[in-house]
Amino acid sequence: MFYVFAALAVAAGVLVVGSRNPVHSVLFLILAFFNAAGLFVLMGAEFLAMILVIVYVGAVAVLFLFVVMMLNIDFADLRSGFVRYLPVGALVGLILLAELILDIGSWVVGPGMPGVRAPSASGGLALTNTRALGDILYTRYLFAFQAAGLILLVAMIGAIVLTLRRRSDVRRQSIAAQLARGRAETVEVVKVPVGSGAG
Amino acid sequence: MAIGLAHYLTVAAILFTLGFFGIFLNRKNVIIMLMSIELMLLAVSINFVAFSVFLSDLVGQVFAMFVLTVAAAEAAIGLAILVIYFRNRGTIAVEDINMMKG
Repeated sequence: MFYVFAALAVAAGVLVVGSRNPVHSVLFLILAFFNAAGLFVLMGAEFLAMILVIVYVGAVAVLFLFVVMMLNIDFADLRSGFVRYLPVGALVGLILLAELILDIGSWVVGPGMPGVRAPSASGGLALTNTRALGDILYTRYLFAFQAAGLILLVAMIGAIVLTLRRRSDVRRQSIAAQLARGRAETVEVVKVPVGSGAG
Repeated sequence: MAIGLAHYLTVAAILFTLGFFGIFLNRKNVIIMLMSIELMLLAVSINFVAFSVFLSDLVGQVFAMFVLTVAAAEAAIGLAILVIYFRNRGTIAVEDINMMKG
């Protein structure tokens, strides 16, 4: 089961980077997220797996999809440097991968590690992953949690402010101006002498 | 062979390298670059969760959640910047973004 998820995640990652059409890239990104969520479930982190599906697939990937489809871009033109960057990219990537694999191969848990671990708030009772995570998140990490909420608020306001625009070519209703009109500026009483009216 | 910590770390390393590789390869397309950054952040959170589970320390999962938060915020802001840039200039090619070059 692990190998299925891992192979699919890696293959989807390859196709995200390498596919010709950005819409396909986004769809493969969604596939990669789903497989990562499967890996999380295999590890026993169910809550994060569900959060990953909701946040990444439900929000981020759909956002990407909207933007890719909204912007009318000639993507073939953007790929012209693909082959030129391939050798140096492959070289740097392979070096990085070799270093990471070597690191993983020779890594061991330090002897003092279990001692420095933060005790969970429940004192080691058999809890579900979600319950245990909530216990520790809302007590020990409350301020970090609030800060994360603040980051999301700032990101939301920032995105709205950035993309909001006042279009000058659209006639829109100004309710304040309408309500502020008085009798003096709207109605004019004209005394027309008899016999000199319009006509 | 039992599935251990090293397996998950290897998957995360491969995904991270793919994200890195994607930034190198698609030097002109900002959207693919943002997606590669998402891939790298995903690899990072896989690492966090793997260590958290195998050291039975829940802090890693808490931190992975914060990584997710930051990734979502970053995607929203990045795409907003991308949209207004496209609206102003009609292109998203990275090499055309040089108006501040002195």
